[in-house]
Amino acid sequence: MARALINVPAKAKRGEIIAIKTLISHHMESGFRVGPMGVMIPRDIIETFVCTYNGEEIFRASLYQAIAANPFITFNTVAIASGTLEFKWTGDNGFSATESVNIIVE
Amino acid sequence: MTEASATRRQILAAAGGAAAVILVRPAQAQRFTSGAMNLAIRKVVGEANVTPGKIKLDIPPLSENGNSVAMAITVDSPMTAKDYVKAIHVFTEKNPQPNVISVMLGPRAGRASIATRIRLADTQTVTAIAELSDGTFWSDTADVIITLGACLEDTP
Repeated sequence: MARALINVPAKAKRGEIIAIKTLISHHMESGFRVGPMGVMIPRDIIETFVCTYNGEEIFRASLYQAIAANPFITFNTVAIASGTLEFKWTGDNGFSATESVNIIVE
Repeated sequence: MTEASATRRQILAAAGGAAAVILVRPAQAQRFTSGAMNLAIRKVVGEANVTPGKIKLDIPPLSENGNSVAMAITVDSPMTAKDYVKAIHVFTEKNPQPNVISVMLGPRAGRASIATRIRLADTQTVTAIAELSDGTFWSDTADVIITLGACLEDTP
């Protein structure tokens, strides 16, 4: 399980725009590098990142090899109701990681 | 005598041709040109026009290391149910693969602004394109100078 860091405010006012910052540990091997013995290192990247808010998708990103190692993505959303934000990363070689964060909206 | 000069002329012509080939070769050897980027952009945009404006690509003009370059994108949009940013796409000119990231947004985002860290293989131009809910496309470009490129270097 890859280590993920997520920064979401614990509390927010209804209708407030909140910033969400996510970071996951992953080497994002591009597949363009030559390893020892002149053999190409096979590609191993995270391809998709999805964020859902109480089950509804609010953000989706397709990542390519040009994303730096340990993908860091920040985006915004409107705090509409208390609940859970779920984050899912999927990628090559069956990589999958999920995290969830609770938010209280007043 | 005339025959001798003809051969010399031929030799010179041949040498000139060889020199031309040597000069042309590096250009052909470069596999990925902005053509690859244009192709990738057309794949996303289709036949629609891409107008400069509305989107702002914030990236440092000079980076020492191309392995991690901070990039922020903001689109000028009210983000209401009727007028919002559908997607943001980022492309590079000289990376081995022109796509960088594609994000899907909606009115729930509140503010069309994202940030991430990217890899750049060389000194080049980065293009960001925003797709709005009304079907129009807007772009911004930034030139970035890279001292040490990513992807092709063997860095840990």
